[in-house]
Amino acid sequence: MNTSELKLIAERNRKRLLEVICSANAGHTGGDLSCLNVLTALYFHTLDIDGEKLDDPDRDRFILSKGHCAEALFVTLEAKGILKKETLDTLGHFGSPLGGHPTVNVPGIEVSSGALGHGLSIGVGMALAARMDGRQYRTFVLMGDGEQGEGSIYEAAMAGNQFKLGNLVAIIDRNHLQISGDTEDVMAIEDIREKWSAFGWEVTDMDGDDIDDIVEKLDSLSFGTGKPHLLISHTTKGKGVSYMENVAKWHHGVPCAEQYAEAMKEIESRIMIMEEAL
Amino acid sequence: MIACRKSFTDTLLELARKDKDIIAVTTDARGSVTLTDFAKELPAQFVECGIAEQDAVGISAGLAHSGKKVFCCGPACFYVARSLEQVKVDLAYSKNPAKILGVSGGVAYGPLGATHHSLHDIAVLRCFPGMNIVLPPDARATAKLVKFLVDFPQPVYVRVGRAAVPDVYENDDFDFEIGKANTLLEGNDITIIGAGETVYHAFRAGMRLRDRGINARVLDLSWIKPFDKDAVLKAARETGRIVTVEEHSRFGGLGALVTETLSENPVPVKILGIPDENVVHGSSPEIFHHYGLDAEGIENAVLGFMK
Repeated sequence: MNTSELKLIAERNRKRLLEVICSANAGHTGGDLSCLNVLTALYFHTLDIDGEKLDDPDRDRFILSKGHCAEALFVTLEAKGILKKETLDTLGHFGSPLGGHPTVNVPGIEVSSGALGHGLSIGVGMALAARMDGRQYRTFVLMGDGEQGEGSIYEAAMAGNQFKLGNLVAIIDRNHLQISGDTEDVMAIEDIREKWSAFGWEVTDMDGDDIDDIVEKLDSLSFGTGKPHLLISHTTKGKGVSYMENVAKWHHGVPCAEQYAEAMKEIESRIMIMEEAL
Repeated sequence: MIACRKSFTDTLLELARKDKDIIAVTTDARGSVTLTDFAKELPAQFVECGIAEQDAVGISAGLAHSGKKVFCCGPACFYVARSLEQVKVDLAYSKNPAKILGVSGGVAYGPLGATHHSLHDIAVLRCFPGMNIVLPPDARATAKLVKFLVDFPQPVYVRVGRAAVPDVYENDDFDFEIGKANTLLEGNDITIIGAGETVYHAFRAGMRLRDRGINARVLDLSWIKPFDKDAVLKAARETGRIVTVEEHSRFGGLGALVTETLSENPVPVKILGIPDENVVHGSSPEIFHHYGLDAEGIENAVLGFMK
């Protein structure tokens, strides 16, 4: 699949994301939008996951450590054919199997998440198990940038280096905004590159708003080096809906009818252009 | 006499020699857990996480998720406090069947004080759906337990103490079945229920009471979750009153479990445990004695209760 097709899938996922958030009347919209391109590239380009064999021991593993962006993962799993449309339509409704965070009751979800700072340690365990068993699967863990305040992440960062887990990839969705404002005002996390390099990780900067760059950087990862990988995915919170971009209040928020129509107009016009180009 | 932690790790090593999927995880605690031999003999099945309990539980979750039979071992006090959220989310909520071995549980660390006591573990872990809890009372029960746990497909918290403990079971001719209580002494005058290290003291108290002509039933309720509801209801029905003995806060533990069970058809229950205070400094036996959790204290409590 070429990157033009990936971009089209990402835009369609954006559209579906807003639909389900409005239907559920809840969602972490801004962070969903900032990580949607990365999720699309992972699930439609990089990850070796067969929706028909979700328990294949050789499948690649993905953990959404920033579990509050579950909606973005759900629409990606739906587009991939792993999650049924009629199931996703129930998001946020009473009795739905889907809630505001991923749980293992949903097909394609490896671990329940939502409490921040947990995913990377679990990823270390999965990557370690791959090596013990001589399996070639890779483990990817997507974290938020605000999430970097959780100290447990740095325990996992030490372990990833100690165990020389070249088959482990951490990604930070670096959109600069957490719920109370700029990450550097709330509790500064920079210099991310220097910190993670000092922890022994191979650090790569990536334009997470640009699928061409995401694919290039994912393709350039070398899994045999014995060094775990960190991708700093530079993104825009609310990416793809102009009035949401870089606005902290869209950390979570549901568009009103007028805002919904405006967002849909923007996204649909991009989809139309992409479809014509293809 | 042998410490339960040693019985646990000896059995684990024996099983792990034949099963490479058995993994021991620890947090700079191989010595205090008694995993040194395991680490030396089976380094490929041993994961040292350093002093990082949150990471250790998360890693254990990831390993278990990938089919490993994981035993995450270290001081009970840290695993049920520092890494409690990982136990809740990464194991229980995510259904990852790693086992937590909490050693030196309860007041086993004695004079090291409240930082090192784990007197709330039953209370908190009981509230996590999908979590199982057991406090084996002696070395033989511990060895049987390990053999069961290896392939048990759910997370389990196991609490053992530190010192060698007297045998509750004098030979291997007994079952230590999940969710089942064992009756150690028959009797219909009163029931004494223990879990973990208090089981032996409950048994001794039962023997002393027998000398006084009081036939106390003594139950080993070391499987706390799931637990043997029928045995508790039967004891209430047949003996009319119950004394519970736990190395745990009087809040939320064994006593609470029994009183909750009997709430619709209550009988008088006396809960012996640690009161709502920071535990006095002393050795584990001194602390047991101070709070009336040894045979003498239990006997006195029973006599007072029956007046």
